[in-house]
This record gives sequence, C-alpha cells and structure tokens, in this order.
Amino acid sequence: MDESAAETIPLKILIADDSDSDRLILKAILKRLGHRVVDAANGREAVALFQSEAPDIVLLDALMPSMDGMEAARHIKKLSCERLVPLIFITSLTEPEDLAGCLEAGGDGFLSKPYNRIMIEAKVNAFNRMRLMHRALSNQRDLMHERNRQLLKEQHIARGVFDNVAHTGCLNAPNIRFHASPLSVFSGDVLFASPRPAGGMLVFAGDFTGHGLPAAIGAMPVAESFYGMAGKGFNGADILREINQKLVRILPKDMFCCGVMVEVDFALNQLNIWNGGLPDMWLMRSPTERSSLPSRHLPLGILSPDQFNADMETVRSRPGDRLLLMTDGVLECTDGEGQVFGEQGVRRAIESAGLDRHPFDALMGEIQRFTGQQKFGDDLTLCCLEMVEEAGQVVLPDAVELSTLAGPTQWRSVYELQDSTLGEFNPLPLLLHICMEVPGLRRKSGEIYTLLSELYNNALEHGVLQLPSEWKYTPEGFDRYYSERAKRLSRVKGHYIRFSFHHDLMAWGGRLRVVCEDSGEGFDFHNHPVLQAAEMAQSGPRYGGRGLALIKRLAKSVQFYKKGNRVEVVYEWFF
Amino acid sequence: MPIETHRSRDGRSLTIKIEGRFDFSTHQAFRDAYEHGGRDVSGYVVDLSDATYLDSSALGMLLLLRDHAGGDSADIVIEKCNNDVRKILTISNFEQLFTIR
Repeated sequence: MDESAAETIPLKILIADDSDSDRLILKAILKRLGHRVVDAANGREAVALFQSEAPDIVLLDALMPSMDGMEAARHIKKLSCERLVPLIFITSLTEPEDLAGCLEAGGDGFLSKPYNRIMIEAKVNAFNRMRLMHRALSNQRDLMHERNRQLLKEQHIARGVFDNVAHTGCLNAPNIRFHASPLSVFSGDVLFASPRPAGGMLVFAGDFTGHGLPAAIGAMPVAESFYGMAGKGFNGADILREINQKLVRILPKDMFCCGVMVEVDFALNQLNIWNGGLPDMWLMRSPTERSSLPSRHLPLGILSPDQFNADMETVRSRPGDRLLLMTDGVLECTDGEGQVFGEQGVRRAIESAGLDRHPFDALMGEIQRFTGQQKFGDDLTLCCLEMVEEAGQVVLPDAVELSTLAGPTQWRSVYELQDSTLGEFNPLPLLLHICMEVPGLRRKSGEIYTLLSELYNNALEHGVLQLPSEWKYTPEGFDRYYSERAKRLSRVKGHYIRFSFHHDLMAWGGRLRVVCEDSGEGFDFHNHPVLQAAEMAQSGPRYGGRGLALIKRLAKSVQFYKKGNRVEVVYEWFF
Repeated sequence: MPIETHRSRDGRSLTIKIEGRFDFSTHQAFRDAYEHGGRDVSGYVVDLSDATYLDSSALGMLLLLRDHAGGDSADIVIEKCNNDVRKILTISNFEQLFTIR
C-alpha cells in the first residue's frame, strides 16, 4: 500500500467494552500506538458514537449489556453504507457457531481476549490496509462513473452537432423503413437520404472501421458532402468520388468506410447502386423473386482518386419492389451461445417474410428472436426502400426565403462542353448553380434542374450519341442502351453541347431563356407527337416523349430550330 | 504468441503468420512484425492458415502493411485463408490490393 504514513496514523478508533478495566487497557495500548480513541461501555453508546465521531475502525466486545456487540455491529454496518469501516470483534468466545454469528452480523475479524499488544497492532494495521484499498477502489470507481457520465453527455452534445450537419434528410419518407441507433455515429454507422432536385432520391449507408470519436469525425465530412452535393443535383457517382477523396485525405491509413450508394429514379423505375464493402443488398420483387447485390468495390477512403471506381450498376425495378440494405452489425449479431446471425440468418428471414409480412419487419423480428433481445447494439443499421409511383415522393423543402430583388437579374451566360468532356463531366450542378444565383429561380430549383437535365440528356443521348429512345422499352434494349451509351461516349469526337442563358427582370417577376444546341443530327420535330399535341396528350410510356412533355409542361414555351438540334425554352417566375 | 515471423532463405521475403483471432488485439504485434522484419525485405506473405477470424481493424492493419511496403508497388500475398476469412476479404474487395491465394 503506498498510501502516505499520515493516512495510517493516527486513526480514530471506536472501542466498546462493558468491562472498565479491559476498556482502559485497550485504550492505553491503542493510544501508545499513536491512535485516537473514543470509547463506549455498551452497544447503544457505541452506535451513537459511531454516528457522531465517524471513526476509521471499530473494535466491539461481542457480549455487552444494553445492546450487545452483534446488534451494534448490524446498526453500524447499516450506518456506514458504502464506506468500509472495519469492524473487529473482541471476544473470549471460541465456539465456531458464536464466531460465525459475529461475522454474519457484519464483523470483519476477531481479536481474542486477553489483549496482546503485538496482535492488536498487527490487526489494526491489516484492517487499515483493507480500508484504504477499499477507499481507493471506491474513489476510482466513482471517478470512472463520473468520466463515463461526462463522456456520454459529450457524445450527446456531439451527436446534436452531427445531426445539424447530417440531419435525417428524407429518411422519414413513407417509402423508407429504417433502424439506426441514436448514437450509432459513435459506433461508426451512418445512414443518409436526400431527395434529388429533379425527383428521385439518393440513399447512403456507411460503416467506418473503428469506433468512437474517430469514426464520428470521419462521418462529418461524409454527411456534409452527401447532403450538400445531393441538394445541388450531383449524382451518386460524383458524390462517391468526392467522399472517397476526402476520406483518403483525412483518415489515417488503417481507417476506411464501407458504404452503399443508391440512386433511386422513380420515374424511370431504375436503381443505380454502388456497394463497396457492405453486406449484400437484397432487391425483393415479390415474395419469391429476389436477387442479391453484392459488394463490387473497395471501401471508401482507400484508393487514390485516379484509381477509385465510382461506376454504378443499373438495376431495373417495378413499383412495389423493395431494396434492403444493411451494415455488418446485422450479420454479426450473436445468440446466447455466441453463434453469429450471418448471411444465412438474413436469407432465412427474407425467405420467411412470405406474402403478408414486410421484409423489414421480418428481418427485425428474426434478429430479435435470434439474439433474444428487444434492443440492439449501436452498430446495427438496416434500411428498406420501396419503389413507389412518382406521386408518392417527398418534395424538397422550400429554400430559404431571400429578397427576390437581390442577386443578379440581368445577365447572359454561355457554356459549351466539347468532346471527351461530354463523357467525363456532368455540367448540371454548375449550370444549376448559375441559375440559383437568382433568388426568384432558387425557389424553383427542382423545376430548373428538371428542365436543364432533360435538355442536356436529350442533347447528349439523342443528339450527340444518336441513341434511339425506343431501345429503352424492352429489358434487352435497356441494357443495350446503356452499354451502347458508354461505348459511344468514349468515342465522341468533334461534338459539342452549348447552353446559352439569358435572364431578364420583368415587372411581374423574371424570364429565363435557355437555348440548348448540340452538334448532332437533330430530329423531325415537325411531326413529333408530343410537340404536335395542342393539349398535354399522354404519349404512352415513351421516355423520349416523356422528357419533352415534361419540358413543355414546366416552360412557358418550347421552340425547336434548325434541324431539331437547337431548342429554346422560356421559363418565367413571378413575384 | 499469436504472431510468428520468418524470413525466406535469401532474406527477401518475410512471412507473417497469424494464429487465432486477427483483430485489434494483435495490432501492436502485427506492426512490430513488419517494422522489425529486416531492411532488405521486398515482399511479404501473410499466412492466415491458423487465423480463425478477421475483423475490419485487421483489414486496416493490412492497409498499414501495404503502405509500409510501398503502397501501390507493394508486393504482398495473403495466403491460406479459411472460408470465413476469405469471405470478409472478398466483401471488401481486397483482392484489388493484395494477391490472395
């Protein structure tokens, strides 16, 4: 024991003995050893003195009138609560039953009568060591509790800060079900969802190696990139590239983030997915028809930007299809015997879902049954996303109101992309950004984004690349369309797409003219069914037609020029 | 000792053999193994024949070894993994960074 000697002597020792002579002798011995002594002649006095004097050690005669040692011991132990005050019985008793009775009453040891100075000194010292050790342990335990309480408090505050950056986005949309622990960011899990300006959604689930603060700090820039970029119309691959390069830069070499990015297009009924290191995702088409979507990439934060592959896999879907994604925690759940839930567990749960059970409920139920617990660990994230008709989508919240007269109102801008840039760069966020400088347009970001993206995609896919939209109406054609798109993009030469913007302030609001011209062959716009229809006639499921119909609905006017490779759209906004 | 190392006869290759659970508890030992493996070591073999389990911090340690061994030019073979261990390496697509056999 390395407690200071000052701690050892003097001790305040309470003695209780009904024999005046014995008490005097004991008191004298203890005083000579340097201790301070308070003495009582019976149990009742002893209990009273214990309360008023708070001694360090108690020596009690077992047999006394007016409350004997046993009963006094019970009172004293109750009064001392958590503090260890060694209680030693002084006794001439020798019967094992009697001695056991003393210990049961709360005694810690014995001293036998008649007194022996050496034995008394040794016993007092031994019990004092025990007392000090107990006190040291209690203090450390209290300190640990306090630190832990502080840590939890700090985590809650940090979580609050984190939530301001990584709000739940549209995770509460009716077509999403999810489970994520409130403190999961400190276990390394994140789950984000954001509506896209042109409709559809982006969902990201991530699992950082490591726990606690480092994981939470790593999660911050991921949240910021995700929500910042998703809101500006960047696609999943752009965001993945940004997250990856950020994490490579800021994380230590042995930390990375396994993740899944899902780009949901409800209008096209199409999912673009990227899985780097998370368990298989499951796409459930019906109770019997399902497919797994395994990880095909390295986790985020490992590869340098030039090696990183953000290619997303395109999967067709139908309304009612459900996509299930999860982090490692699901597979790593254990039962009472240490068996892990594993892929088999997931598969079993999904298969058991049948017709009438939501696969999310089926999986959650199965995990609860398997682990025997209602509550899960922090590092378990599960999300189920349902494909819905367009009408079921959430809309972007209204952007912050700004004075509609501030910002640029009279301006022109021309932006032209050429050749290989057409295949490598997505200009939509930049173009949207230019328009969003006008406060009156900012409130309409969704519509502007849709206009620009329809114009750009038409110019690129049907203008420059000459891809026939008819291909997209059959499953085989759909694959062919996208593989051909990639092939032709890589060979683009001598082509351009040019956007010209012209914005004017009017008495009633503002007018934005967008001219989009491409180097392609154009098309026979004079006989196009959508353009001919005076009313908004539904032209069937033709996407090309649908894109055009959408532009027509949003814009004041749509006018094609030349051979169909130059289109002018006028969009108006009002105070 | 859950980690053993030995060098090939020509001294150019260092084999690190892990026994039992390859997780955070082996962090220091694994690091010592390659940092004190000798100066002219040009290739590494991570022998997982007796490794029963591998977690994400072990993946992180493999990345540290890769960095130590020269990053993109590192010559590292991970061999003799059991099915569970292999599965974890596959989910994370580590075959893009290491030779796994």
